[in-house]
Amino acid sequence: MKKHVPLALFVVIVMGLPVLLKNPYYIGALVFVGIYSLITISLSLVLGYAGQISLGHAAFYGIGAYTSGLLTTRWHVSPWFALACSMVITGILAYAIGKPVLKLRGHYLAMATLGLGEIVYIFFNSAVDLTAGPSGFGQIPRLAIGGLVFKDDIRFYYLVWFTVAVLLALVLNIINSRIGRALRSIHGSETAANAMGVNTASYKIQIFVFSAVISAVAGGYYAHFVTFISPTTFDANTSILLVTMVIVGGMSNVWGAVLGAALLGTLPEYLRRFGDYDILVYGAIMMVIMMFAPGGLVSLAGLVKQKFVGNLSREPAA
Amino acid sequence: MHSFSITLQYIFTGIAVGSIYAMVALGFNIIYNCTGIINFAQGEFVMLGGMFMITLTTTWKLPSLVAFPIAVALVVLVGVGFERIAIHPLKSPSVLVLIMITIAGSILIKGVAMFAWGKEPCYLPHFSSETPINFLGATILPQNLWILGCLAAVVIVLAWFFNRTLVGKAMRACAHNRDAARLVGINVKQMVTLSFALSAAIGAVAGIVITPIILMDYQRGAMLALKGFGAAILGGLGSGPGAVVAGLLIGVLESLGAGYISSHYKDAIALVVLLGVLFIRPAGLLGSAEIQRLKKF
Amino acid sequence: MKRILAAAAIMCLLVSGIAFAQAVAPEPIKIGAVFAVTGPASKLGEPERNTVKMIEAEVNAAGGIKGRPIEIIVEDDGGVEANTVNAVKKLITNDKVIAIVGPTTSGASLAVKPIAEENSVPLVSCAAAEKIVNPVAKWVFKTPQKDSDAAIRIFENMKSKGISKIAIITSSDGFGSTGREQLKKHSPALGIEIVADETYAPADTDMTAQLTKIKASEAQAVINWSVVPGQVIVAKNMRQLGMTIPLYQSHGFGNPKNIQACGEAGEGIIFPAGRLLIVDELGADSKQKAVLAKYKADYQAKYPNDQVSTFGGHAYDALWLVLNAIKAVGPDKAKIRDYIENTKGFVGTGGIFNFSAEDHCGLDKSAFEMQTVKGGKFVALSSVKEEVKAKK
Repeated sequence: MKKHVPLALFVVIVMGLPVLLKNPYYIGALVFVGIYSLITISLSLVLGYAGQISLGHAAFYGIGAYTSGLLTTRWHVSPWFALACSMVITGILAYAIGKPVLKLRGHYLAMATLGLGEIVYIFFNSAVDLTAGPSGFGQIPRLAIGGLVFKDDIRFYYLVWFTVAVLLALVLNIINSRIGRALRSIHGSETAANAMGVNTASYKIQIFVFSAVISAVAGGYYAHFVTFISPTTFDANTSILLVTMVIVGGMSNVWGAVLGAALLGTLPEYLRRFGDYDILVYGAIMMVIMMFAPGGLVSLAGLVKQKFVGNLSREPAA
Repeated sequence: MHSFSITLQYIFTGIAVGSIYAMVALGFNIIYNCTGIINFAQGEFVMLGGMFMITLTTTWKLPSLVAFPIAVALVVLVGVGFERIAIHPLKSPSVLVLIMITIAGSILIKGVAMFAWGKEPCYLPHFSSETPINFLGATILPQNLWILGCLAAVVIVLAWFFNRTLVGKAMRACAHNRDAARLVGINVKQMVTLSFALSAAIGAVAGIVITPIILMDYQRGAMLALKGFGAAILGGLGSGPGAVVAGLLIGVLESLGAGYISSHYKDAIALVVLLGVLFIRPAGLLGSAEIQRLKKF
Repeated sequence: MKRILAAAAIMCLLVSGIAFAQAVAPEPIKIGAVFAVTGPASKLGEPERNTVKMIEAEVNAAGGIKGRPIEIIVEDDGGVEANTVNAVKKLITNDKVIAIVGPTTSGASLAVKPIAEENSVPLVSCAAAEKIVNPVAKWVFKTPQKDSDAAIRIFENMKSKGISKIAIITSSDGFGSTGREQLKKHSPALGIEIVADETYAPADTDMTAQLTKIKASEAQAVINWSVVPGQVIVAKNMRQLGMTIPLYQSHGFGNPKNIQACGEAGEGIIFPAGRLLIVDELGADSKQKAVLAKYKADYQAKYPNDQVSTFGGHAYDALWLVLNAIKAVGPDKAKIRDYIENTKGFVGTGGIFNFSAEDHCGLDKSAFEMQTVKGGKFVALSSVKEEVKAKK
């Protein structure tokens, strides 16, 4: 029962935040954090647990957004069905891509995924007849359940964060299952894992496809929330930003992925007061975190816990 | 235009563009060999080289021959400073953390450059005349020859440095096995600093020679870094000859792709070839899969 | 101890003084602005930000509007659409602005179009794409001239020279691609055939491959549609390849720094643009002359290190449209919107604006003047022709 405590706490915080904040601007910014969190949580499985770097996740995010956006605006498919289609299409593509790419290692894998992301980005830009090219397209319909349209920020906030909570529950289960143990063994040593009879290739591809499909959901949410998409949202910078969120948050732990998305997703808003200097402060904050907390933000939480909780638990014994 | 001249023109263009990719790739390799990381700030070194050269020649009115070494020295200073402040103090950092630090470094350098030189592209005159040279119906600019010359010079100096000097050999030892190098008395941390100095210098040279052709602004480095990274990977990380061959190859592929297939997809064509090569040779054209296995990441 | 007490007392006085002053001073009229001050479009966003800050100082020095000072809250979106969405929401809900100027880029403008509509806040975009005002959205306007008009002016000039087969080369970003779209759309009606259609990535370093292909085609002229650095590199690459056919550029070419960067390769480039660059040449009969001369002089006095550009001019027009409306009808969102929509004959830097319920751009093709580079300066193409005639 105890292992459900963090998740329950998370749900309470997420439910309570809008009551405290009220302001639609903050809520809107938190919607983007939720969208990023979906990707970073699933990416942390690939990166932190399976130890496979992907610098191309913006491509899956983009394919999700474009599939959902195009199906609803061009062919007037219902948004939910379009979202489902985008998950299936992204899943198939991720499988086809992942099969050969995941055989690569380290920097080679990084370049290959970066390259694939670029190819998808070039496709969004160049297939003008299909995607409307670099200028993008708008008037994407909003999601709705029956008569309830996810029109204002607050409704979308609950939708996104509900999805995040479900995903977290799912991922926490995966981590503590057979698959989770297999993934960690790949991170440790792939050769050893193979020797122990773990079918590493199969697990790697499963988790890669899973995270791609979740990224597609995030993309679909983005498309239906902003109602306008253009290729720049899904370029290599976004891929790098997503990986940065995972690492800054702390990739040894899924909660780190949420923390990283929350910090780097809202940082541009905090930094507004710095005007032009925001880019310098942003870089400096990132550098300081990585230099002094190489384990990411969650490792800081770990330190605090050691200091306080550790002391507390020791006291009775003394 | 004769179809032969056209093809020749594409190849000339590709070599001119590719020699820059090759230089950036060489910079990546030197740091990679010493540390096992990809330095995401490599593109910023290129940008700074061009920017310093512009300030020295246009604002300070220094003659190019004097400005050139000063600009390179300034970028080396930035490279060493970055390494000393952000990388040197860390104890046994992981490869991913180091990469993140270089990303943060590139954001910071870019930001400072934005304030120092403004947002508009800056311009540098060509080293010699701008009159194109005609060769069998295809043309090339004297500046392109300067670029090729610089690439050749960089390659020769590096070959001499790594094969003939003690320091160079020590750096190669670090590349092969850091622990063994430490055991024989090589100061590995100093070698890391030196690798940053060296690759900053190469980046600066690349930046200085291309600025007359491409103009320079504070965000120009990112794209060059991306292409250079592609070249370093295609050639096989850590392999000097690989970087040169792959850089030129990517340049020529882009140019031929734009000419004969579609300019809309020219970058994608080069990337597809890169991926194709990796699927057949997972350690790049001239990289060694054996060495790859020894690396941490 | 005494000293601390004294200091504390002084501080208290100061604070209460400031509070008192604030209580007396009339509340400022808040106007929002969103520009890409950082990121890929920062060379556009910078002069826009500078321009609105300059106008803010000028209006407040003159006593504000009906005794109330104005406050322009500038937000940077870094050219990232999600940030633009957040920035506009912040301006509307936190700062409670009564109108918004910007964003800089077309993508960002299209992304916030629904937000302006849902919150009923007038938004005057500084971006070029026609989609921003077509279809017309009730609350959204824009000040830059239309891409289609630029394309038509170029084609008309070509026809007058007997050019019928052309090549187009465009950058694969928002600016280049909308240009490409308009060029392809309007060429058949004007009897122009596009025989080569090439593109390049905005950060590309060399376009000789594309131009070699164009050279081998039967094109009689080339149109390049992009912003820096592409437009400079194309001009230089054409010279390298010994191409002698005329080069036309889009209205993005209107920045004096381009001439210096192009060097000899810049001579003879023809492009449509607003009249800001050739203000010294304008006759006294030009309605725009006074506005343009004032903007240019003011800008260069305030920002001596920066050169005035047409991009800053778009922000100048956008903000003055809003300010004029506030002067006339007061700080009321709906009334400001109605006033802008009914504005006729507003003389701006981009042209003379005539808005209507169907037209939220307000400019027609007469806003463009065909210009060329001669002797290292921008000059009106018509003046060059007259010289040639006089010589004959």
